[in-house]
Amino acid sequence: MPKGFTWTTLDVDKFATREMYGKILAEIAPTDNRIVVLTSDLMMSNKTGDFARAHPERFFNFGIAEQNMMGAAAGFAISGKIPFASTMAVFASLRCAEQLRTDIAYPNLNVRVISTHSGLSMGNGGTTHHSTEDIAVTRSMANMTVIVPADANCCAKVVVDSLEYQGPIYMRLGRGAEPIVYKGEFDFKIGTANTVREGDDITVIACGICVMAAIKASRKLEKEGIGVRVVDMHTIKPLDTDVIVKAADETGRIITMEEHNILGGLGSAVGETIAEAGLAVKFKRLGIPDIYSTIGQPDDLYERYGLDANGIYESIKEFV
Amino acid sequence: MREETLRLQDKAVDIRKWIIELSQIAGGGHLGGSLSMVDALVALYYHVLKYDPENPDWPERDRFILSKGHGALGLCPVLCDVGFYRREMMDNFNDLDSPFGMHPDMNKIPGIEMSTGSLGHGLSVAVGVALSGKLDQADWRVFCLLGDGECNEGMVWEAAMSASHFRLGNLTAIVDRNGYSLDGPTEEIMALEPFAEKWRSFGWACHEVDGHDMDALLEAFDKAGDAAGDSPTCIISNTVKGKGVSFMENANEWHYAGCDDELTAQALDDLEACRLERG
Repeated sequence: MPKGFTWTTLDVDKFATREMYGKILAEIAPTDNRIVVLTSDLMMSNKTGDFARAHPERFFNFGIAEQNMMGAAAGFAISGKIPFASTMAVFASLRCAEQLRTDIAYPNLNVRVISTHSGLSMGNGGTTHHSTEDIAVTRSMANMTVIVPADANCCAKVVVDSLEYQGPIYMRLGRGAEPIVYKGEFDFKIGTANTVREGDDITVIACGICVMAAIKASRKLEKEGIGVRVVDMHTIKPLDTDVIVKAADETGRIITMEEHNILGGLGSAVGETIAEAGLAVKFKRLGIPDIYSTIGQPDDLYERYGLDANGIYESIKEFV
Repeated sequence: MREETLRLQDKAVDIRKWIIELSQIAGGGHLGGSLSMVDALVALYYHVLKYDPENPDWPERDRFILSKGHGALGLCPVLCDVGFYRREMMDNFNDLDSPFGMHPDMNKIPGIEMSTGSLGHGLSVAVGVALSGKLDQADWRVFCLLGDGECNEGMVWEAAMSASHFRLGNLTAIVDRNGYSLDGPTEEIMALEPFAEKWRSFGWACHEVDGHDMDALLEAFDKAGDAAGDSPTCIISNTVKGKGVSFMENANEWHYAGCDDELTAQALDDLEACRLERG
């Protein structure tokens, strides 16, 4: 393996959420014959190969033609199927923006768009493969539910719950090396945020990989006498505004944290909620500061943009 | 057969007249492309397709997707005439909150399988429907009507590639080849020819017909693959934009337009004359 190359897109072990996505689909498929799985030449990378081997008749590889795949997903949905269509986040949300909006969200179809490699998780792939606009794009589509699971267990819950959920879902998976946030049994409901750490001095509202970074910082700060509440806002839309208002009321300081441009994503959604509630709080958005992200290994990029445990720790220290 | 042909030809005249009348109610519309595709629509809805207007979701129905969604002005009278809804429902065509507008909405209009209007999308959706039908080993078939201009869109060819790859014998595409897009003749704006060769090279069976010859259309639909077949079929329906109305035929300013009372009367006369001419 070349120097400095710590993982490949074909590497199974480190891709927890994407691996889980493929595995859980294969597992639940026998219980629901509405499930079909679509990919665009990324079967190896998004781990839908498990499903393909177990249920080849319900697996469709569209080659490198994402727009056609999304249109066909709409076709499956109007035929009563529940299509899970996956490709990299940057292609799902930008190349296929119109198919998502016009063919899937506007007719309100039960398509599950599973976007992988979101945020900075493509690391040295650089800006062409980073996806830092997809939350903004998809949450502005009426009817669309937008979910960013924090770990593989949360991802599995979304896949299972989505079978009984009405309307389109955009689920954003990251690098897949996400540390596990949820162990054992845990409550999960689409649209209901999980408060994963209690604290009264400041609240970090995070999604995806940022949740664990915030938890780590919260643990460290607890020893320094600072109570950091951590909210896993796994569903960006519909947004759990009650949790935000409560946090604003009780902690007076809010930092949002996302692997996304600070414009249009979780930070914007939270900011809109606080402003409309008429609350005066100290507020900061952590994310990519409206620039095109640079090349580097994901962990180096998270450090660069302050999205690792140390980054959020420093931000909180500056804030309280 | 002769009687059936006459019945369908009569119906095509009725629908064309209705399009003119409806465009008056609507304050204008995509007249050129709606008039050009009428004969293919009539062949489909009055002869080829299986459906039940009393039960639009009948699982065994054939599926029709209008990829050239701006042809809603042509499709909506047909769906009304075959019984999906009452004529009065279209009285507020284009008005605030009307179910009927420039492009068809599947959640507002009974009988519309898919909301369309953005060109190039319909064939991909039809591929998904056809795959679903094959998966369920269903007998029903899928038909998708495209405009020729929209075949400039890359997504059409992604869909074409996948339809033959997935061996979708249950899928038939009809291209309303009226020779014009908004800005002018297709061969000047962005050439499509050799058009049939393109479809064949993408693995489709392709038949070219005079899209105003009802017998030729019926024969082409007869030849189109059955649900168990292996190869998708494309019917290139060579048509005249604005067909049947003297001043609209091949006059591209009627792509989207409206008639005043005088022109409406003339258009209706022209269309009635088509019926008389035929005898």
